[in-house]
Amino acid sequence: MTVELFIQYFFAGITYGIIYAIVAIGFNIIYNTTGIINFAQGEFVMLGGMISISLNAFFPLPLAIAGAVLITMMVGALVEVSFIRWLKSPSVIRMIIITIGVSILIREIALHIWGESVRALPYFLGDEITTIQILGARISPQVLWIIGVCTIIVIALSLFFRYTMHGQMMRACAANRTAATLCGISAKNMVTFSFMLSAGIGALAGAVMSPVTYTEYDIGTGLAIKGFTVAILGGLGNSMAAVAAGLLLGLLEAFSVTVVPLAYQDVIAITILLLIIFIRPHGLFGRKDAAGLKEF
Amino acid sequence: MKKLLLTTIIALAMLGFSAVAAVAETIKIGAILAVTGGASFLGAPEARTLEMLAEELNEQGGINGKKVELIIRDSAGSPERAMSFTRQLIEEQRVFAIIGPSTSGETMRIKQIAEGGRTILISLAAAEAIVNPLARYVFKTPQNDRFAAMQIFKTMNDMGISKIAVVSGNTGFGQAGRNQIAQIAPDYGIEILENEVYDSRATDLSALVTRLMSNREVEAVVNWSIVPAQAILARNMRQAGWEVPLFQSHGFGNIRYVEAAGRAAEGIIFPAGRLLVADVLPADHPQKEVLVTYQENYEARFNEPVSTFGGHAYDAFHILVRAIEEAGTDREAVRDAIENMQGFVGTGGIFNFSATDHNGLDIDAFSMLTVKDGQFVKLEQ
Repeated sequence: MTVELFIQYFFAGITYGIIYAIVAIGFNIIYNTTGIINFAQGEFVMLGGMISISLNAFFPLPLAIAGAVLITMMVGALVEVSFIRWLKSPSVIRMIIITIGVSILIREIALHIWGESVRALPYFLGDEITTIQILGARISPQVLWIIGVCTIIVIALSLFFRYTMHGQMMRACAANRTAATLCGISAKNMVTFSFMLSAGIGALAGAVMSPVTYTEYDIGTGLAIKGFTVAILGGLGNSMAAVAAGLLLGLLEAFSVTVVPLAYQDVIAITILLLIIFIRPHGLFGRKDAAGLKEF
Repeated sequence: MKKLLLTTIIALAMLGFSAVAAVAETIKIGAILAVTGGASFLGAPEARTLEMLAEELNEQGGINGKKVELIIRDSAGSPERAMSFTRQLIEEQRVFAIIGPSTSGETMRIKQIAEGGRTILISLAAAEAIVNPLARYVFKTPQNDRFAAMQIFKTMNDMGISKIAVVSGNTGFGQAGRNQIAQIAPDYGIEILENEVYDSRATDLSALVTRLMSNREVEAVVNWSIVPAQAILARNMRQAGWEVPLFQSHGFGNIRYVEAAGRAAEGIIFPAGRLLVADVLPADHPQKEVLVTYQENYEARFNEPVSTFGGHAYDAFHILVRAIEEAGTDREAVRDAIENMQGFVGTGGIFNFSATDHNGLDIDAFSMLTVKDGQFVKLEQ
């Protein structure tokens, strides 16, 4: 393999990987505060793309994306307030079924609003065929946008959780909900906030990636499955591990094309998911004893 | 006495039923379309077209004074749903004929049901297997995949291309096209060097493009898929700086896909019916009037560009209406009328049905188009 081919595959893999990682981080944020997997996470990504495309008809691009992120955060809050908040100590399985229901609901509503057609934002820089050369390989500038924005999201998130009051309150809820409540933290508000945060992150990623991947009303499911695989692979709840796992899966998928037919690309993701569930249920980077303390 | 009462009631009930039947002066036409789901790019314009045509027809007084009642069912592209809707339409609704389904996979599953129910089925799907082997009650309006592949290979011969890569989506449409291509390619002296299948929901194909590009002998790429992959592939190829000609299937026949691919769509070559170039056809072309009328009516009403798929529904509806006008409401007579229909000018071409051909189109129904400045134009060589 020549260097330029290697770079070309490498960037393809990084692009897939970082998108998976962002969806996985969305899973993790909600998992950390509630202990459930929110299967509507893929729909947040779809909404981010769709709403920003609609707003872009009236506003300049940055404003449209900001608007889409805000609106999707509202949707996230609405979902939590209307479907999750009023449940008294619901079982994990019940909450999961609820999120699956919500994802179908959002998808159908999106179908009614935007129809079945495929849409995309314009490229942020240049157009469809603009490329930049890196070591002989040609990369669309949008790919660098995706990588850049997603990297910023990851860094900002880890700073947020480490240094801000809100972030620390959310971590407290994740660590011990009862203790956090005793300290005067409203656990319910933290859950709502976690839905808003993961919806906003998903929406931002959805808007940035839409020029490359396109958006339609039902892209959410596929993203959710890949994101879930990555979240499990890294170890549920660990956002930095999700990034590593996402990049690993993305690169594996991209380079697998050189040895196996492309049709088997998804087989790789599912095989990894099954292997992890059987061999290391706590994920590549998780600790077994820590995982044992979790309900799910 | 009791017996008499019962008999009277039964007799009255039967009278009542026959009275209801006599009042029902409408002709029920069922339609099973993939209005939502992955194949909605087919079903949605088809459903809109049928609604528009049925409304127009009823405003003009229907067929021989009888109104048409259109019953559209959304199969979402699922063969299972298509099967249960077919049974429901035939057994409960007792429809006169069924238009659809939109996809080949669904049609193949309900072919026998329609045949068993002696209900005329005019499919809007392309696969040749729908009408070959022939089923007595089953017709279809889209051109055969084979003609599309033949047109592509003819163009390649003219361009001096002999070594190609074939990529296709993992749908029924992609699979049918892939098989046809593999079968016909040797007849035109064309060698398939690479043959790859991708997930039709793929969001990025740059790894695939890199793989194909590394084979320096490939002179052209043929892609057989539906959206959004056909736009993604075009973008990824041009972004990678790979300038070989890209051929797409007749599934590219919607100007929205050109918009979706943007500048990367320039130079894509694909076969299509004449609907997409209706405005530049010479005025004496036999299809000109039909095409322009349909395009103007559709675009004025739905505020979106026509696609070839809506055209298939247009053809199916008009073939059925014409046959009912000729033969009345006897199902057998109507079936015969369709089978004997000659020179019907539709959007897909000029249909000449026969007892051995329930599609009625030939290779001339396709012409090769290309994309220039964001518009479809006839391919000039």
